[in-house]
Amino acid sequence: MDLFGDPAVWLPWTFAALMGLSILIYVVLDGFDLGVGLLMPLANDDEKDRLVASIGPFWDANETWLVLAVGLLLVAFPPAHGAILTALYLPVFVMLIGLILRGVSFEMRAKAPLSQKAAWNGAFFAGSLLASLSQGFMLGMYIMGLTWTLPHVGFAVLTAVFLTVGYSFIGAAWLIWKTDGDLQQHAVRWAKGGIWGLILGIGAISLATPFVSFRIFEKWFSWPEIGYLSPLPILSMALVGYLWWKLRRLPFVDDRWAWTPFAAATGLFVLAYGGLAYSFYPYVVPEQITIYDAASAPESLMIILVGTLFVLPAIAGYTVLSYFIFRGKATELRYD
Amino acid sequence: MDTLLLSRIQFGANISFHILFPTITIALGWVLLFFKLRFNKTGDQKWMDAYMFWVKIFALSFAMGVVSGITMSFQFGTNWPGFMETVGNVAGPLLAYEIMTAFFLEAVFLGIMLFGASRVKNWVHTLATFLVAFGTTMSTFWIIVLNSWMHTPQGYEVIDGVVHATNWMEIIFNPSMPYRFVHMMLASGLTVAFLIAGISALRMLWGDRGEAVKSTLRFGIITGAVLIPLQILAGDMHGLNTLEYQPAKVAAMEGNWETQSNVPLVLFAVPNQETRSNDFEISIPNGASMILTHKADGVVPGLNDFVGEDGEILHPRVAPVFYAFRIMIGTGVAMLLLSWGGAFLLRRYGAGDMPKLPLLAFTAMSFSGWIATLAGWYTTEIGRQPWLVQGVLTTKDAVSDVPASMVLSTLIGYLAVYAVLIVAYIGVITYLARKATKGEPFSNRRYPRRGEVNIATLQPGE
Ligand code: HDD
Ligand code: HEM
Ligand code: HEM
Repeated sequence: MDLFGDPAVWLPWTFAALMGLSILIYVVLDGFDLGVGLLMPLANDDEKDRLVASIGPFWDANETWLVLAVGLLLVAFPPAHGAILTALYLPVFVMLIGLILRGVSFEMRAKAPLSQKAAWNGAFFAGSLLASLSQGFMLGMYIMGLTWTLPHVGFAVLTAVFLTVGYSFIGAAWLIWKTDGDLQQHAVRWAKGGIWGLILGIGAISLATPFVSFRIFEKWFSWPEIGYLSPLPILSMALVGYLWWKLRRLPFVDDRWAWTPFAAATGLFVLAYGGLAYSFYPYVVPEQITIYDAASAPESLMIILVGTLFVLPAIAGYTVLSYFIFRGKATELRYD
Repeated sequence: MDTLLLSRIQFGANISFHILFPTITIALGWVLLFFKLRFNKTGDQKWMDAYMFWVKIFALSFAMGVVSGITMSFQFGTNWPGFMETVGNVAGPLLAYEIMTAFFLEAVFLGIMLFGASRVKNWVHTLATFLVAFGTTMSTFWIIVLNSWMHTPQGYEVIDGVVHATNWMEIIFNPSMPYRFVHMMLASGLTVAFLIAGISALRMLWGDRGEAVKSTLRFGIITGAVLIPLQILAGDMHGLNTLEYQPAKVAAMEGNWETQSNVPLVLFAVPNQETRSNDFEISIPNGASMILTHKADGVVPGLNDFVGEDGEILHPRVAPVFYAFRIMIGTGVAMLLLSWGGAFLLRRYGAGDMPKLPLLAFTAMSFSGWIATLAGWYTTEIGRQPWLVQGVLTTKDAVSDVPASMVLSTLIGYLAVYAVLIVAYIGVITYLARKATKGEPFSNRRYPRRGEVNIATLQPGE
């Protein structure tokens, strides 16, 4: 099996790419779910049911991308998995409690006695908030190299807030796409209120990242590398400008362009994420462990890869099928 | 308490909470498929009513299973980093296959199964129900493969302290896997059978005499009565397999201290690890030898064989294994008596005129499957100590070095959340049963059967 040269080199690379891809898919997909949860307190009682309905058939599968991402970290880079998760013990705990509350109250609010509904709505929001904040916090800590010093924690608190606002933005963009009438107009308003989170978040991370490590600084600001990187900020700026312009005009008659804010928001997430991936490669634990040091034995990776090549297209296929079946505006959720 | 003990308690608490819900969804998925197929075939509305009631409980249990499962997938990294570093080459691919072949299948088709009935053709909906049930069974298979490999590892070699896979067939089909898988699937079937019988009995006690509730009572009792003998048989075979590969565990299960012949079957005792003997023992002569070797004078391993030269104890703590095992067997026997008695009463009176006392008994046994399942897992898992992977990795070598206070505080957090959720979960099930008893319709949609024109599913504008 020397088709691509040394398997101890290309296999870790492939798995890093796969893992990165699932984290990205998770951030976008569960990002909009969590964002919709964050918007709950802003919606009135009737709207709340539709907010939940808009993510009902999807949230479970969306969350599974997180399981896959952690799973790949665990299977492909075991020492990194241990190092990252023990360093982030507390925020991981907070995130898990948040995800538990979110998932359970999703079901409970519709099935428990009516008198409890408000409480479960509250838990739904609280869960989404805890999960978003802790994910943002972990992102910040990761960028800062997973060391718990006061400035690092301070930075992580900032990214926690920004990612949370960013999630509520992509959630609002999803609602613009999946709803109509008054709710859609509200969603446009929420999106306008949330876009700054995304801008500040991406800005803060872009400013901080090169100064955390000289290696990344070199990678960004030396010639010709700066040329590889330059499309990212330019495209991001274009997308932000587009969103700014579009949100002022939405919604259009016939619901034209309702999908574009979500697409643009996704684009922004992808670009920001691409920048991060570019900066940190080849490290999986920043400045400590590279993907090549941490990789599992090639035979084990190989056996997963073979399966992945068959299974991933199938997963992609039926995920698309599900979004197709539940296309159109979100309607009431019914089991019959 | 130290990090090791707290991490063990935390892991035990999390997995115990997790297993409760898959135990229900694994079998309930197939039961729902059965209800759906019955409806497709007979067109009898009662099967659709049964489906609509139980699909709600399925959805709720599934959500609980998913969120607690996500906690599990982080537990390896947060609490047992040594586990993946040592056996990651085996555990990793197994977990990866579970995620890719099972979790996505379930999660995606769950959406279609739950909310898609009015959006897709009837057969697509039935197919989605099948795929969800199939997916949960696949999850069980892969995780049981991993767990069984940890009990009876083979097909690997150790290079520089790290386990490398040499033969995947041996790893997957390791000696205890078939027994554990069958026993777990049956456990899930029994848990669901008794849950369905119990909740149906409760609804009848509250005055529901609808066709749907009678059918589900009948279904629960008969399924339970059929599965429990199979479970006892499977359990016995599992025990014999354990005797071969993990004798220390069997010694602890039996409460047997000395390796000897003519070992009695201990019905009750207080195992005393200080004096290395049983206090207050009540036993049947030669019983354990008969069960484990099928000979009255068969030799059964004893715990004293598992004490090192220097007095280091290499067997699990006896009391928890001993008691957990008896709780499981006791619940199994209670299930046998009740379900066979119930089946007899069914023939005599029919589901509609079932007397009050058995209805009360079934209601009381609604969650008995949970008790037996947890007790069974405690037997298995605590019985493996001090090993995490039998003969390869000890539990204390795998633990992380996070401070004990951190493990303790998160443990308290988990326990508080779990306590609230369990109460809410059982509360909602009884509330749904109460609502169903009042006769609120589950659906006002008319379901076309196979062959009929499917007009209702054509939405305007589609
Ligand atoms: C409804 C649940 C249920 C019931 C009624 C029983 N079991 Fe069980 N038992 C389980 C659910 C379970 C379980 C939770 O599924 C376990 C834990 C691990 C496993 O594979 O199955 C288990 C484990 C387990 C083990 C330990 C296997 C090991 O060493 O790893 C033995 C020896 C038995 N069982 C034997 C029995 C016998 C003889 C039963 C007859 C009354 C019985 N079980 C009833
Ligand atoms: C099938 C997947 C499972 C895997 C991979 C697994 C793995 C583990 C691991 C890593 C530990 C921690 C180390 C230890 O203390 O031994 C453990 C312990 C434990 N597990 Fe499991 N387990 C599984 C299933 C279960 C289930 C379903 C239950 C119970 C409902 C359970 C109950 C426990 C308990 C109580 C302990 C603590 C034992 C002790 O510390 O004495 N396990 N298992
Ligand atoms: C340490 C071990 C375990 C881990 C890491 C784990 C992980 C998970 C995860 C992440 C999910 C959610 C999947 C989704 O997103 O849809 C899940 C669900 C599930 N788990 Fe576990 N699990 C463990 C133990 C077990 C055990 C012991 C069983 C049964 C024997 C089991 C059976 C299932 C099943 C059937 C599901 C899907 C159905 C449901 O969610 O209710 N798992 N598990």
